[in-house]
Amino acid sequence: MKRAFLILAATLVAFGLAGCGGQDVIKIGGVAPYTGEAATFGVSSKQGMELAIEEWNAAGGLLGKQIKLVFADDKGDPAEGATVYTKLIKQDEVVAIVGTVMSKVTLAGAPIAQNAGVPMISPTSTNTKVTEVGDYIFRACFIDPFQGTVGAKFAFEDLGARTAAAIFDVGNDYTKGLSEAFAAKFTELGGSMVAFEAHPTGATDFKAQLTKIVQANPDVLYVSDYYNDVALIAKQVRELGFTGPMVGGDGWDSPELTAIGGDAVENGFFTNHYSKDDTRPEVREFVAKFNAKFGAEPDALATLAYDGMYLMLSAIKNAGSTDGVAIKNSMKALRLPVVSGTVQFDENRNPVKSAVIIEIKGGKQVYRTTVNP
Amino acid sequence: MGSIFNAQQIVNGLQLGSIYALIALGYTMVYGIVRLINFAHGDFFMVGAYAAYGAFFLFNAFLGGSGLPMAAVTLIVAMAAGSVVAALTNRFAYKPLRNKPKLSSLITAIGVSMLIEYLFSALPFIGASFRAFPVLIEQKLYKIGTATISNYVVIDLLVAATLMIGLTFLVRKTALGRAMRAVSQDKDAAKLMGIDVERVIGWTFLIGGAFAGAAGLLAGMTYPRIFPYMGILPGLKAFIAAVLGGIGNIPGAMLGAYIMGLAETFASAFNSLLGEGIAFAILILVLLVRPRGLLGEKSADKI
Repeated sequence: MKRAFLILAATLVAFGLAGCGGQDVIKIGGVAPYTGEAATFGVSSKQGMELAIEEWNAAGGLLGKQIKLVFADDKGDPAEGATVYTKLIKQDEVVAIVGTVMSKVTLAGAPIAQNAGVPMISPTSTNTKVTEVGDYIFRACFIDPFQGTVGAKFAFEDLGARTAAAIFDVGNDYTKGLSEAFAAKFTELGGSMVAFEAHPTGATDFKAQLTKIVQANPDVLYVSDYYNDVALIAKQVRELGFTGPMVGGDGWDSPELTAIGGDAVENGFFTNHYSKDDTRPEVREFVAKFNAKFGAEPDALATLAYDGMYLMLSAIKNAGSTDGVAIKNSMKALRLPVVSGTVQFDENRNPVKSAVIIEIKGGKQVYRTTVNP
Repeated sequence: MGSIFNAQQIVNGLQLGSIYALIALGYTMVYGIVRLINFAHGDFFMVGAYAAYGAFFLFNAFLGGSGLPMAAVTLIVAMAAGSVVAALTNRFAYKPLRNKPKLSSLITAIGVSMLIEYLFSALPFIGASFRAFPVLIEQKLYKIGTATISNYVVIDLLVAATLMIGLTFLVRKTALGRAMRAVSQDKDAAKLMGIDVERVIGWTFLIGGAFAGAAGLLAGMTYPRIFPYMGILPGLKAFIAAVLGGIGNIPGAMLGAYIMGLAETFASAFNSLLGEGIAFAILILVLLVRPRGLLGEKSADKI
């Protein structure tokens, strides 16, 4: 009888705890475009975040509590991004945020996190302005000028290009920033830019601009768009008779690139944060774990979301508290080997690390080389 | 200027114009018959693209292979799907409002458009994300002078031209065409002459939907990325093309569409943002200077 009573009491307590929950879990916000124009980015990112949290929870959680991911879909839209950031902070009361993917959306969400004093780390927003929003804003990836610079160096030195053209989305800071940095570095190295063309957001017909580019006869074409635009641009530029190499940024990193682009994206190269063919132990272990859980190879989006979550959780652990100021200071002092390299933040809260060049060959992404900053 | 006005850019403009023309015809025919701007028309175009996509995978699973027969089959399916959705829209959304004020139909048209878009986004086997359109026909390139022309350009132009010639024949030479012209001139008089007006309206939607469906397939092939909102912008631009040519006038819609395609290409080559805005600049200009359009007849009430 006494034993039955004990079991009953224990059950009640357990239910009571599960019911209110507030005290015994640490809530971390996760934001990514789960639907919309960059949906595969969001799906990968969410998987990365889930894997990191699952690992930490299995190893005993954080500060003696379990971690709970509160995920929100920003749909790749800045207005929606601002809404979900407000919701996570005000309604769900998360202690920190990992998100979001696209720079233009992160730029809408970051001021909200900054004003509320909630530390956040964007896994993949490469636009310089993101961390300039304030001292609570960090990122796990390198920045636009760096990608453009590496792309230009690769085009000039490895591909031997001396003339280049660029096409970018005029309504997107990310693609514009990359193309500008590419043009600056390529000219500095001694090459010349023979065409520099913008296209409007949401366009499907790029032929007018691409005709101008093809007629300028460049050795290499720099395409800084996201994968679905890259695929259409590649199709159309090949249709206009261009056979040279194309170089781009991490926006190319999606299986959809070759699904839409087919043969047209062959002879394409892009700068990326990591390659799954890298032999570092952190990479091998992560790829194995990801494969076991999701039955697929992780892309850079998943990797950086995993790293971003890992960095944030480590900072909270080192801080020993969920207070915003303490997490922020602990983040600044961090130096940690993660999957995409050893991360340490500079004074602008950008990580200092290397980049890789991936080649599209036979419809597959093949590791080509690593470029150090 | 050499990079803006040259053979290649003209080819680009004609290809774009062909797709606009097929959509614009549906707008103009429906307007000619029932005086309704069917804003859901751009979505029939999207339905055509998805139907072709589905047909390709279905037939590929049973028969295998690609090439011309497969392309012909998907074209028929795309046109049929466009027709069916157009006819259903007419039957359930517009017919009950036929004798109500025109504004009701116009607002309903916007509602139908959104309904189709959101329904397609919500369907699990379609979804809101981009889909890669399959390669129906291997691409081949031909170098003619300074221009590179692909077989896709040839297909786009040929399909559009064939359908437009067919439509012209239908309108000019057949009993149905005569009935359509009669209804567009005077609905009541046509009724008195024993013409089944509702039947003629039904056929008009079927044909318009089929043309939009065909345009959907061509667009899917040419720009191989489809999504439920892909019809909005081409739909708007085709509508402007129809207004430019004189809404209600079939040759006008074709002329307007090719002018739009060329204007957009030249303007984009000049400055990309200008290219995106030129359609709307044309609309404003036409409404200010020549509201009845290039080939349109004088009429007091436009939209």
